[in-house]
Amino acid sequence: MSKFKKKGSGELPKISTASLPDIVFMLLFFFMVATVLRDNTLMIQNTLPAADQIQKLDKKDRVIYIYAGKPSARYQDKYGNQPRIQLNDKFATVSDVGAYVLAERASKREELQNVLTTALKVDGETKMGLISDIKQELRKVNALKINYTTRIGDYTQNN
Amino acid sequence: MGRRSAPEVNAGSMADIAFLLLIFFLVTTTIETDSGINRKLPPMEEIIDPPIIKERNIFTVVVNKNNQILVEEKLMELRSLRSEAVAFLDNGGGLAEEACDYCQGSRDRSSSDNPDKAIISLKNDRETDYKVYISVQNELVAAYNELRNREFIRLYPQENMDYVQADRKYTDPRTDKKVKEKLREKLSVIKLMYPMKLSEAEPNKTS
Repeated sequence: MSKFKKKGSGELPKISTASLPDIVFMLLFFFMVATVLRDNTLMIQNTLPAADQIQKLDKKDRVIYIYAGKPSARYQDKYGNQPRIQLNDKFATVSDVGAYVLAERASKREELQNVLTTALKVDGETKMGLISDIKQELRKVNALKINYTTRIGDYTQNN
Repeated sequence: MGRRSAPEVNAGSMADIAFLLLIFFLVTTTIETDSGINRKLPPMEEIIDPPIIKERNIFTVVVNKNNQILVEEKLMELRSLRSEAVAFLDNGGGLAEEACDYCQGSRDRSSSDNPDKAIISLKNDRETDYKVYISVQNELVAAYNELRNREFIRLYPQENMDYVQADRKYTDPRTDKKVKEKLREKLSVIKLMYPMKLSEAEPNKTS
């Protein structure tokens, strides 16, 4: 009589995993698109200070990067532990900054050359003397737009 | 001859391969987080005769080599710097044509005349830590932003956002051109009300 007779033996039906590859591929593509492979190998310690009144940096092709900080552990016996400047993949001195910025500027497209920003990625433990020297060099080559790159956070994290 | 159906390819390992790739990209990913405090350096030319600025219009902030903050020659904690800077900028103590009708400060005659005249002078030592310097910069920018936000909300309540959000929308490349034009006008009005006059002196040598 009963229309709603149980069929079979009440075993759990198997969950189809056929769509699993699709899901994983979707994630994969997301990460592939979002990935920016590091183009500079850092040879310095680079813990950026935190700030919350920040603006986003321009597109990557309009930015010149200057790194500074103490050499990382594996370079310390060779370069000492005083904070240093890193340009591209090499350690540099303050007097190299001007030439580097000019060379970078010359390598950019002409219409971008006037809108370039110099991003200073400096370790929080660095003394201001080095940064002042860099700023003086930048003024000499007329690269006046700078950006102190920071982490997002409260100033209380800077202790 | 019987038609043979093509044998099904076992796709069971597809997930494994995809996972492998996924994990690789997960590990190598650094999602761009570049943002920071934008600043303009002064050009190299020497100013021949510097304009005379009244002492009451300058708010001197000095960060010494022990990372202590001195505001108007008095020691100050970092957390009270923002409110002090706001009080100075928003003072509006000027009279007659130097008066500031939108300022909500205490109109103290011994502090700044109006936000246009008010200058924050920041000086640091060569031995100052960079992170302290950034914190101070951050707090001073925050003071300006606080005032600009207040005025933006007061003047343009229909925008339903504050100055910082409007500025972010303005610099966002996805924003429509017409919207940008409108925003630019409003932003420049606010910028004129509270122009950011932050001067940095060259640091002292520690002997």
